[in-house]
Amino acid sequence: MQRLSRIWIFLLLLAGPLAAFGAADLEINTPAINNIRSSMQARHGQLAPHFASGAVGLTRDGMVAVRDANLVPLANRQAVNALVSAENQDRAGLYREIARANGHPEWEADIRATFAQRWIERAQPGWWYQAPTGAWARK
Amino acid sequence: MNRIRIYLVAAVAAAPLLAGCVTINIYFPAAAAEKAADRIIDEVWQTQKQEGKSDASARPKSEGQPSPAAPTK
Repeated sequence: MQRLSRIWIFLLLLAGPLAAFGAADLEINTPAINNIRSSMQARHGQLAPHFASGAVGLTRDGMVAVRDANLVPLANRQAVNALVSAENQDRAGLYREIARANGHPEWEADIRATFAQRWIERAQPGWWYQAPTGAWARK
Repeated sequence: MNRIRIYLVAAVAAAPLLAGCVTINIYFPAAAAEKAADRIIDEVWQTQKQEGKSDASARPKSEGQPSPAAPTK
């Protein structure tokens, strides 16, 4: 009887941390992820006016894209393209690194899909985003 | 013999527990991912005043010398 209760205690001790681990937050504090976060935050100041003008929009796959280059003065178009491609590189890296930091590289697509939804959900009024059909819409 | 039975009972009892834990970890934790996404979006877009985290905005005040307010006659 004493042995049985000892086994039960062992099982409970085992189950507790495992259950907690399963319910825990995702790891988003690795050096690689933090680098990308601060790089994106620094870039946002330059990108925000283009979101507001509608030149750049949020795509349905969690990236950004030049939606209407005509809204950018010719002289600035190159710079906007560079901003967009740098941002997309960071975003792809962010999704990949979060998946990897949590021990599930195969979660990358799910993480990207989650972010895609949340970026659009949190976008400011007037910003453009891509609907699931691929058509552009304005918040 | 009795000991074997006890271990058997323990193993049977443990199976669903362990299976539950494994299940939680294999399936994508959508709610946790959403929370993580929101935290990162807040930070990148500065959409929310972050308590404690963004000391960049809090620092200028604390670093400014408090003396200008003090001397009054």
